[in-house]
Amino acid sequence: MPEALSVGSSLSLTTITLFLPMVGLTILLFMNEEKDKDAIKWTAFGFTIATFIASLLMAFNFDVNDAGLQMAQRNDWLPQLGISYFVGVDGLSMLMVLLSTIIMPIAVMASFRAGVLEERGRSKLYYIFMLLLEWAMIGVFVVQDLIIFYIFWEVTLVPMYFLIGIWGAENRVYAAVKFFLYTMAGSILMLLAILYVGNAAGTFAVPEIIAGVQSGQLTFVMDGVFSEQSFLFLGFLIAFAIKVPIWPLHSWLPDAHVQAPTAGSVVLAGVLLKMGTYAMIRFNLPMFPEASVTWAPVVAGLGVIGIIYGAWVCYAQTDMKKLVAYSSVSHLGFVVLGIFSLTPQGIQGATIQMISHGISTGGLFLMVGMLYERRHTKLMAAYGGIWKAMPVFGGIGLIISLSSMGLPGLNGFVGEFTILLGAIGSGVLGIGFALVATVGVILAAVYILKMFQAIFMGELDKEENMNLPDLHWQEIAVLVPILLLIFWIGLQPSAWFDMLDATTASLIAGIADFAPEIIVQAGS
Amino acid sequence: MIDVPSIADLNLTVTFPAVFLALFTMVVLIVDLFIPKDRKIRTAHLTLGGLVVAFVWNVLVFDSNQTALGGMYIADSFSGFINFIALTAAIITCFLSVDYLKRTGIEQGEFYSLLLFSTAGVMFMGAASDLIVVFIALEILSIPLYVMAAMRYRDAKSEESGLKYFILGAFASAFFLYGAALVYGATGTTSLPEIFASVEGIVATDSGARLYLVLGAALIFVGLGFKVAVVPFHMWTPDVYEGAPTPVTAFMSVAAKAGGFAALLRLMVIALPELTANIGDTIAIWQTTIAIVAAATMILGNFVAIVQTNVKRMLAYSSIAHAGYILMGVAAVGTIGVAEEATRAALIYMLAYTFTNLGAFAVVMALEKDDGSGTQIADFKGLSRSRPLLAVMMAFFMLSLTGVPTTAGFIGKFLLFGAALEAGLVLLTIIGVLTSVVSAYYYVRIIVNMYLEDGEGDPAEGATQYLNYATYAAFAGTLIIGLFPFLAVNLLDTMMIAGLF
Repeated sequence: MPEALSVGSSLSLTTITLFLPMVGLTILLFMNEEKDKDAIKWTAFGFTIATFIASLLMAFNFDVNDAGLQMAQRNDWLPQLGISYFVGVDGLSMLMVLLSTIIMPIAVMASFRAGVLEERGRSKLYYIFMLLLEWAMIGVFVVQDLIIFYIFWEVTLVPMYFLIGIWGAENRVYAAVKFFLYTMAGSILMLLAILYVGNAAGTFAVPEIIAGVQSGQLTFVMDGVFSEQSFLFLGFLIAFAIKVPIWPLHSWLPDAHVQAPTAGSVVLAGVLLKMGTYAMIRFNLPMFPEASVTWAPVVAGLGVIGIIYGAWVCYAQTDMKKLVAYSSVSHLGFVVLGIFSLTPQGIQGATIQMISHGISTGGLFLMVGMLYERRHTKLMAAYGGIWKAMPVFGGIGLIISLSSMGLPGLNGFVGEFTILLGAIGSGVLGIGFALVATVGVILAAVYILKMFQAIFMGELDKEENMNLPDLHWQEIAVLVPILLLIFWIGLQPSAWFDMLDATTASLIAGIADFAPEIIVQAGS
Repeated sequence: MIDVPSIADLNLTVTFPAVFLALFTMVVLIVDLFIPKDRKIRTAHLTLGGLVVAFVWNVLVFDSNQTALGGMYIADSFSGFINFIALTAAIITCFLSVDYLKRTGIEQGEFYSLLLFSTAGVMFMGAASDLIVVFIALEILSIPLYVMAAMRYRDAKSEESGLKYFILGAFASAFFLYGAALVYGATGTTSLPEIFASVEGIVATDSGARLYLVLGAALIFVGLGFKVAVVPFHMWTPDVYEGAPTPVTAFMSVAAKAGGFAALLRLMVIALPELTANIGDTIAIWQTTIAIVAAATMILGNFVAIVQTNVKRMLAYSSIAHAGYILMGVAAVGTIGVAEEATRAALIYMLAYTFTNLGAFAVVMALEKDDGSGTQIADFKGLSRSRPLLAVMMAFFMLSLTGVPTTAGFIGKFLLFGAALEAGLVLLTIIGVLTSVVSAYYYVRIIVNMYLEDGEGDPAEGATQYLNYATYAAFAGTLIIGLFPFLAVNLLDTMMIAGLF
C-alpha cells in the first residue's frame, strides 16, 4: 500500500479560486429575476472576473521548477474509505485552470447580447448554470482525489445539459438528452475502474497512487493485451475518449454543438472537451504506464483517423456551426496523437494545442454566434461579402480563422508543430502517424478557407446582408482577449512551455522507468 | 421447570423505542375516538409527537449493544440505524399525509395508528434476533399496510391494490414460515446466534440437515423477497403502488423495504454467513443465487420503468430496480470478510433512498389531483416556471435516484459498487453500473418535461404547507448525505459496526 502524503489542510489559494464561482452562485440565488435583471448578469460576470484574478494570483505564485503539487490542500471527506478533499496544481493543471477562467468571462459576456436569453427569459437560471459549470470545470482540473474528481466530472454534465436543453436551438431536447446519456455511460464505467484502483491502493489520492505505481509498491498486472491493467486503462480511457471525443465516439458532439447556445458551445469546445485529454495525461499515463505503451498505437491511430475524418466531414458541411464542431474532432485528434506519442514534446504540444484550440474554436463559435444574432441562420450560403458590410468583424475573423488552421506566428501552429515533432520522434509510433496527421494540417487549411471565403469574400449580393451593423463594443471586448492570446502564444510560446517542463517529466517518469528507450529515442 | 424471567432480565429499556411506539399506537387509537371528525389534524400532531419521542429515545439508546426479551430482541447499532430510517420515513410520511388525506376525502384517524403500527413492525424487524420474532414483526409491518393500501375505498384501483397486496403478502408470509420451520428442523433452534453456531457443524458433517438448511434459507428468501419486491417476486408492486393512496405508496416503498432488507441482512450476516459448500470456502452457498436475483431485478426494474407513462408506476418499477441494488449489497455479504462493508453500504443506500424517494413522492403528490389523476409524466410540463423551487428539488431527487454525484444516491451507489467489487462480484457490479445508465433515461425524462417543455397553468396545486415541509426535509437529507457523507457513515459506524460483528 502506498505511503500517505502529508499535505497541509489550511485554506489554499486553489480552494479560493475553486469556490469563488460558488459564492457568486449563492448570491445569484437570492436575486430577483425581474427586478435585478442587469444586476444578475453583471454579478455573474463580476464573479467570473474575480475567479480569473484569483487564478492569475495562482499563476504568479506558481514555481515553474517544482514538479510537485503546489498550493495544495487536503481535508478528510470520507476517511473510512480513504477519500479526501485534495486539491493542488502542477503545471498542467495550472494552465487548464487559466484556460477555464479566461474562457468563462468571455462566455458570460457573450451571453449579454444573446437573443435567445431575451426570447426564452430565465436569465437568472442561465447565469447560475454558467457559474456552476465554472465551479465544476475548475474542480476537475485541480482535484487530486479520484472520487472527488469523478464527482466534479459528473457535475459538469448537469449545467451543460440544461444550457443546451433550455436555451438551445430547435432540436435541443434531443441533443441535451443524447449528450447526457452518452457521456454518463462513459463516465460510469470509469467509476468502476476508480473503485477497483482505490480498493487495490487503499487510497483514492492520485499522487499517492502514482507514487505507489512508480515505486513498485502497487502493481496492476499487465501480461498480454487484455489483462488487469489494460481493462483499467480502458475503463478510464473510454470515459475520456467520449468527452474528447475520439472517433468513433464523437457522434454526440455535432448535435450538442449545433443545438447549444453560443456561450454553451464556447465553453463546450473551449474547456469541457479538454477535460478528456487533460484526464488522459493526468491519470492514464502515470497510473497505467505499461498499458499506455501497449495501447498507444491504437489510441493514437484513432486520433489520426479523427484528424482526417473530422477534416473530411468539415469540408462537406453547409452549416457553419457544424463545420466548427467537426473541426474540433480534427483538432483534438492532434491532441490525442501528441499525448500517445508518449514523448515530452508530444505531451507539451498537446497541452498547448488544448489551450490554442480552446481559444481559436471558442473564437470561431463566437463569430458564428454574432452572425447568427444578426441574420438568424447558420447556413454559409446565406452569407457572402460580409467583409464589406462589417470590416472590423472581417479583420478579426481572418485572424481567428488563420489561427485555427495553424498559420505560423499564430497560436495554432505552435501546438500542432510540437505534436508532429513529438510523433516523429516517438518510440512507440511509426513515422506513418505523423505523415498522415500532416495531411490533416493541409485539409484544415482547405475547410477553414472555404468557410472564410463563403462568408466574407465575394460580392455582397444578398439584400439582407447589405446593412448588417458592425460589431458592438461588447462584442469587440469579447474578442480582444482571444486575439491577444492568439498572438501571445504564437509569438512567445516559450513562456507557456516553461510551465510544463517539470510536470511533463514527472508525469511520464513511470513510462521512462520501464521503457527508457522510448523516452531516450525521442529526447535525442 | 420453566424459569420465569424477572423484569430486569427482560432489559426493557433498550427496547423502548419500538415498544413505546407499539404502545403509543394504542393510545392514538383510543384518543382518536374523542377527536371530532373535522379536527383530525390533532391526531396527526399526536402521532408526530410519539414518533419524535421514539426518535429521540432511539438516539439515546443507540449504541447500547444489548439483548433484551431473553435474547429475542437485539438492540445494537444495526437496529438503531434501521429505527432511524423507519422513524425518519414515518415522520416524513406523516407530513405527507395530513393535507392529502383531507383533500382526497379519506381522512380517518385510524390511518395514523396503522402508520405507527407498521413503523413499529419495521423496528422490530431490524431488532429481531429470533426467527419467530422476525415473523411476528413481518406481520405487524404488513397487516396495517394492507389496510392502508385499500383506504381510498371508493376507488376500485385502491381496493384492487389492498386485496392484491393482502393475498400475495399472505403467500409470502407462508413461504417465510415454511422456511423458518425447515431451518428449525435442521438446527433445532430459532435463535439466530444459535443457528450461526450450528451451521459450521452441519456443513462439516454434510448431513441431510444441510439440505434442509439450504431449502429453509431459500424459502425465507422468497418470503422476504416478496416484501422487498425483487424479481421474480415483484409482480404485485406496480398495481399496488399505483392504486394505494400516494403517502402509503411512499411509505411502503421505503419503510417496508427497509424492514425486509433488515431481516434479510440479519439472517444472512448473523445466522448464515458460513453456510458454505465446504469448510474453508470463502463464499456462502447462497451468494450466486442472490446475485442472479439482484441482476435480474436491476435489469427488469430499470428497463420496464422506461416505458411507463404514469409517474407512480414508474417509481414503482424504479423501486424494484433499487431493491436490486440493495440486494447487490446482500449478495456481497456472502463473501467472508466483506460483510461489514457491504452491510454498511446497504444501510447507507437505504437511508439515501428513503430521503430521495419520499421527496420524489412528495412532489408527485403536489401534482396529484383530488381524484388521483395528474400523475402522468406529461403533467410535469412547465413545472420549472410555475414552481421553480419544487422543480429544482424534483430534479435533484431524480438525479439522486440516477446516482449523479453531490446527491445521496451517488454515495449509496458508490459504496455498494465498492463493496460488491471487493466481494469479487465484478459482473454484477458491471450490470449495476450499466443499468444505472439505463435508469438515467427515464429519470431525466421528468427533468426534460419540467424544464425543457412548456406547460400551461400551475400543475402543482397540491403543494400545501405540510407537504412542503416534507419535501424540504427530504431535500435536505438528500443534499446533506450527498455533500457530507461522512456524517451518515460516522453515525452508522458509531452505532453499528461494533455491535454486529
